[in-house]
Amino acid sequence: MRAPRQAVEIEFDHATKRYPGRPAPAVDDLSLSIPAGEICCLVGPSGGGKTTAMKLVNRLVDLTSGDIRIDGRSVMTLDETELRRGIGYVIQQVGLFPHMTIAENVATVPRLLGWSKAETAARVDELLDLVDLPARDYRARYASQISGGERQRVGLARALAADPPVMLMDEPFGALDPITRTRLQKELLRIQGEVRKTIIFVTHDIDEAILIGDRIAILREGGVLAQYATPEELLAHPADEFVARFVGADRGLKRLSLKRLGDLDLEPANGAVGPLLDADTTLRDALSVMLNAGARTVLVEGGDGTTRVLTLDRLTELLR
Amino acid sequence: MAEPVIPDFGVGSDCVTQNHTFCTDWVRENWSSVLQPALVEHIELTVIAVGIGFAISLAAALLAHRLRYVERPFAVVSAVIYTIPSLALFQLLVPITGLTVTTVEVALVGYTLLILFRNILAGLRSAPPEVLEAARGMGLTTTQTLFRVELPLALPAIVAGLRVAVVSTIALATVAAFVVSEGLGGPILGALPLNFKTEIIAAGALAVGLAILADALLVVAQRLLTPWAYARRAV
Repeated sequence: MRAPRQAVEIEFDHATKRYPGRPAPAVDDLSLSIPAGEICCLVGPSGGGKTTAMKLVNRLVDLTSGDIRIDGRSVMTLDETELRRGIGYVIQQVGLFPHMTIAENVATVPRLLGWSKAETAARVDELLDLVDLPARDYRARYASQISGGERQRVGLARALAADPPVMLMDEPFGALDPITRTRLQKELLRIQGEVRKTIIFVTHDIDEAILIGDRIAILREGGVLAQYATPEELLAHPADEFVARFVGADRGLKRLSLKRLGDLDLEPANGAVGPLLDADTTLRDALSVMLNAGARTVLVEGGDGTTRVLTLDRLTELLR
Repeated sequence: MAEPVIPDFGVGSDCVTQNHTFCTDWVRENWSSVLQPALVEHIELTVIAVGIGFAISLAAALLAHRLRYVERPFAVVSAVIYTIPSLALFQLLVPITGLTVTTVEVALVGYTLLILFRNILAGLRSAPPEVLEAARGMGLTTTQTLFRVELPLALPAIVAGLRVAVVSTIALATVAAFVVSEGLGGPILGALPLNFKTEIIAAGALAVGLAILADALLVVAQRLLTPWAYARRAV
């Protein structure tokens, strides 16, 4: 097995894309840097240029001016096909090859790179297991024989096949039903915990961005960067009215959903009463429980066997 | 048994001399001298015509797939050829290529072009856009995309075109007998003035049987070539 590749930094440096015959640029002077091994969500309304910005990285769209560097190397200096084989690419409609089996689909890039048969087969099995599709059951099937959610898992496995340091994902879960989507979002985070790629994840769903992203870049119409920040910063301090409106009036609640009871340093209960919750309950759910129960406190099992307490006042303080 | 009408011409049974609807003894006696050679020639005429027609159509379709403006001229020319009645086309060609197999093949090839070109091109264009985007995004070159994605996905349409081309060429190749004495048209044309039913029916049935067999072989070939198209759907 090959040694896993080190994640790399991606840097947009005044990246601009103009299409001929159109007055406004699609991506306008975009500068941001994505630290190695982090997920950056590009979000914004349609026409915000988020997909275009992503495609500038693997040169499915070429820059008009500015530069994008992966691990310090400008994408414009690299051979297109070489560049793309080093970048995992996942799209909403997946685009599995219908005439190839699941295993052959996943093996696409390793084959292009000339891996040996044995090495490719071992890698395919490893990846199918990683995305929770038992290789024994799925290897020989065709795309028409699996569900939409399974297809996107295969799409993810195929993108990860040659262990690229960078992944581009264009609304990968946008066409899935809510339950499957939530499951795959969690799977992605679990997989990312194992593989540590630098990921650009395009979505129009701010909730998805908050859940998935280590950082979020909000683009407004005309491909202008409105704000680039961690979910916490974005929700606490939206840069302007546009961002505040985009993240939604419930941004206080969304901030609460970022933290879990177990993350907090809570006081011992000392005889306080209230509903008892798990340590992995989000603060948002804790608040909901308080409101439902008409209580001003909830209790949580501390790791050391003690019971701890979260009060409504403490929650309000946390949002300051 | 009646005495032979012409010496050394063979002996006709009652069935043959009385020109019954179908005489198996005539077929048995003339299989190796008349029918089998005609059948082999017929297969040759068809294979050569469809082979050359396929090569030309594939080249034109590949070109039209890359350069859109090639499509219309080729489609128009092949459609015009297709509309010319076969006997008229032979008449047009005889002054150029004479009473030869070439004349026959040129005409037969001409008739395959429209259906093959249209089907191959439609097949090449049938690759879903997201599949092509994924291919490009993974770093397949245009040539790799053509050979690994577009052509395999075009196979069902290509085979569908081949089936029509083969069957119609087998039918049409009987007309070749007006130009050269080749193929199953020979026995038919020879028997027409005498209205010798057995020979007409035997040669005609061979042509029909050949067409059905060829079609069935292509169906089997497609099943083997495109197992994915027959895979059981997800429930």
